[in-house]
Amino acid sequence: MLAAGLSVATTLGIVLVLVTESVHFFHTVALSDFLTDTVWMPLFAEPRYGVLPLIGGTLVTAGVALTLAVPLGLGVAIFLAEFASKKTRETLKPALELLAGIPTVVYGYFALNAVIPLLQLFIPELPGFNMLGAGLVMGIAIVPYMASLSEDALRAVPVHLREAAAAMGATQLQTAWQVVMPAARSGIVAALVLSVARAIGETMIVSIAAGMQPKLSANPLEQAQTASAYIVSVVLGDLPHGSVGYQSIFAVGLVLFLLTLILNMLAQIVRLRSVRL
Amino acid sequence: MSQTVMNQTFSQTFVRIIRKAKTQQSVYLVFAWLALVVIVLTFIALVGQLLLEGMPRLRAEFFTNFASRHAERAGILAAWVGSLMVIGVTMITALPLALATGVYLEEYAPKSKWVLLIELNIANLASVPSIIYGLLALGVFVYTLGLGQSVLTAGLTLALLILPMLIVTTREAIRAVPLSVREAAYALGSTRWQTVRHHVLPYASPGILTGVILSVSRALGETAPIITIGALSYIAFLPPPPSSAEFPFINFDWLFAGFTVLPIQMFNWTSRPEAAFAANAAAAGLVLLVLTLFLNAVAIYLRQHIRKQMQW
Repeated sequence: MLAAGLSVATTLGIVLVLVTESVHFFHTVALSDFLTDTVWMPLFAEPRYGVLPLIGGTLVTAGVALTLAVPLGLGVAIFLAEFASKKTRETLKPALELLAGIPTVVYGYFALNAVIPLLQLFIPELPGFNMLGAGLVMGIAIVPYMASLSEDALRAVPVHLREAAAAMGATQLQTAWQVVMPAARSGIVAALVLSVARAIGETMIVSIAAGMQPKLSANPLEQAQTASAYIVSVVLGDLPHGSVGYQSIFAVGLVLFLLTLILNMLAQIVRLRSVRL
Repeated sequence: MSQTVMNQTFSQTFVRIIRKAKTQQSVYLVFAWLALVVIVLTFIALVGQLLLEGMPRLRAEFFTNFASRHAERAGILAAWVGSLMVIGVTMITALPLALATGVYLEEYAPKSKWVLLIELNIANLASVPSIIYGLLALGVFVYTLGLGQSVLTAGLTLALLILPMLIVTTREAIRAVPLSVREAAYALGSTRWQTVRHHVLPYASPGILTGVILSVSRALGETAPIITIGALSYIAFLPPPPSSAEFPFINFDWLFAGFTVLPIQMFNWTSRPEAAFAANAAAAGLVLLVLTLFLNAVAIYLRQHIRKQMQW
């Protein structure tokens, strides 16, 4: 009972820490500046605290990642659930789970030292740090997660629906796309939302490979800092406890936490609402 | 239009529709296989890159040397000892808590709003970005409780981080034990606790072990929260050993010592511009990759094995 309460205490602790430090931060920086200013230069003589560039960087890298991860993940999930033989599935699924266990710092190294140099062969003007390379590798890192969650959702759809579709003369793909997918909709949406949350919160790959300069840009070929990478860059430097810069990471963390919390809640609601067949 | 001509156009339409559906299916299958190939190739490239860059560095000295300004002489001694200690603290803290929560939620908890809230909360915590746990630890453990950037802080932070995952796998393992086992125990007059202790937990233990191994693997590779508590200093010493020759033989000074861990050491080397350090990063990455892949493989094997063996 007490142990179960600890999980609630952890959540409360997170909210408490983030909110109290953010309140200190907003004593110095107006909330409206924080939300609308388009420049984030916290360490300059005349600091400006507009969170938009960090959110922009986060959304662009996450966007690149999901553009890769969602089709690949879903494609693999449909293949595993509807087409693969039992043997193929029992080899591929553990292999995917194995991939999901690779530490993100290793992916970060791979992005910086292999993927970005490779991309530079095709796009010579690409800088050494950029959102495209970081996003693509993050996408690859998310594929196993997306695939595994969606496959669970697809497999939960009862066989008789597939049999009915087959009896009507549908091909396997038509069955998968027009019958199984709609039936598994809530699970797939939940998988999607959780993948988005994961892409937004991912830290190491973007810290290593996306760059360290906050910049409001929708162009993935540029370098930019994400919200999570900003927190890392601040704690790497020695900012004194209690300074505005120190407090700013909690404000940025609060934004990050709220974003993922909303997404998680969405996923939970979709999941709870799902109709059992 | 005569009857035969109409039949002909009908069948032509049918053939067209069927062909189209079949082509779509073939196109999809090509895409699915391409997707799998892309994933596998990426994995091969990732491992290949690490091997190519890091293999020359992986000599015995790499494991027995401290980090150094000279890339060729630098090693991961402090990092692997640190990882071991931090994960020790993490598991000693998290496992009893996860077991207690899992048993409570599965065997004791009534179906109430409070329990539903806890369940939702655990699901939410499991997907909170790990860097947020770092911020929590920075605020609570480092500054409010004054634990500093120590092994203890890192261990507790990772414990909080893996707790939701560990609770979920523990619950699944307990839930998989069939009701008949419990009913049999009750029929022989066991109390609820005796049933849990002597019957449910032993049957659930392989499943719980799988969860433990996966958590260790996760904790081993987790970087962001440990950076956030501020542990990216140059460490060229080991924490004091936990046991000594003099009375009282055990000391806990190591809990409060500065430390570094494998992923941090790798990140440190990755962020240096010199190519020589990139090789060190690759070598450290290789060690990390082998450890986590091995742990995951054991966990997955164990799970498949249980699934096959346990036919109730």
